[in-house]
Amino acid sequence: MTGPDAPAALRATGLGFRYRARGGWALRDCEFTVPSGRITALVGRNGAGKSTLLHLAGGHLRPGTGELRVLDAVPGTPDARTRVSLLTQDKPLYPRFTVADTLRMGEKLNSTWDRAAAEQIVREGGIPLAARVGELSPGHSTRVALALALGKRPELLLLDEPMADLDPVARGEIMATLMTEAAEHGTSIVLSSHVLPELEQTCDWVLLLRDGRVELSEDVEALRESHAVLTGRADQDDTLTAPHTVVRRRASGRQMTTLIRQRGPLRGDWHVERPRLEDILSGYLAAGDTVRPADAKRTEAAA
Amino acid sequence: MVEYRIDRGSGVPAYVQIVEQTERALRMGTLKVGDKLPTAKEVVAATAINPNTVLRAYRDMEQAGLVELRRGLGTFVTRSLARPGAEDASPLRAELTEWTARARAAGLERADILALVTAALDAHDNSNEQNSHTPGDRERKEEDA
Repeated sequence: MTGPDAPAALRATGLGFRYRARGGWALRDCEFTVPSGRITALVGRNGAGKSTLLHLAGGHLRPGTGELRVLDAVPGTPDARTRVSLLTQDKPLYPRFTVADTLRMGEKLNSTWDRAAAEQIVREGGIPLAARVGELSPGHSTRVALALALGKRPELLLLDEPMADLDPVARGEIMATLMTEAAEHGTSIVLSSHVLPELEQTCDWVLLLRDGRVELSEDVEALRESHAVLTGRADQDDTLTAPHTVVRRRASGRQMTTLIRQRGPLRGDWHVERPRLEDILSGYLAAGDTVRPADAKRTEAAA
Repeated sequence: MVEYRIDRGSGVPAYVQIVEQTERALRMGTLKVGDKLPTAKEVVAATAINPNTVLRAYRDMEQAGLVELRRGLGTFVTRSLARPGAEDASPLRAELTEWTARARAAGLERADILALVTAALDAHDNSNEQNSHTPGDRERKEEDA
């Protein structure tokens, strides 16, 4: 499901949501498109709106304003439900069920079900089918929940911090399973995470939220090519004016390190490095109010 | 078959790392014409990197004429980069192995040895500036710079 005619994995127009009628906006004026066939990192600080967005895409919540489409379908409709899987942080597993029972439940609840694939995901983790779900380690129960989510062969897989409680080995294994799924079936994946290094070399699209608004929705390579980490004397700060955007600036004594979105040639005497994805994400996440609204708007327009 | 090792912290995009490691295997002769590269799925299962990255690396190498994508069969090496003198059994390699052992015995660390080799290479190339370099060499030097 890739190519120019494929529907977008996610498309939001004027999307807004608040949990209480007079409460604050969890999401506001969100406007973005995530192409299909991508592995998207959904990042943002706590409370930025990541889980809310995923629950809207999974059809668990309804938009307050605007609209959200998953593969051109309305979230929560039967069409969307067969094509989209959402794995939330509170994994929907019954502790008294065995692993085999759980997979059978998946088979009963879904119109399409790939039993071999679901069992293989469980087997790759070395999990006995007779084990009770409630007695599994966090890594193993994540794997069972993932088998449930992937068994229905979704075209779009939404994961809310799937690896939050896993050790590094289990993280690597789950990530490899996700990447293999994408390689084999062209599955679009959107995954929220606070662990920036694990997004490196795995995600090729970034959706970055700040205070309920979209700050970045962009291809990872394009992001890396348009940004630069500069190190140099702090007194040449004045060379970093428009059209460049300073995302984050850190000075220590006479030296300064900045992350900029570079537009056109640079003035001044800077040591220039191409940032890693992690550098860019942590730069934006830590930027606070240093990115002025005007700059943020330009960022979105460039996406 | 080559096995790719992806360094996530290096900042070098994974597709560049795959191309470099393939080229190195071709230079060393551990990959030969007709050999099959691992499938994207195999690379991804072993390294947990983005499958689009693997496909991009393979496409880049196909455009460079190093490999060929045969539909339904896989990706195959079509051109060798091995030069006489670079394979396992060559005298040059044996001399370098011996030299490396002496450098190690003298207490040099990896970085010292690499610096020595690079310096000797630079000195040699600078004194033969008129000699033509392969385009690959030039690109690599620019990347290093």
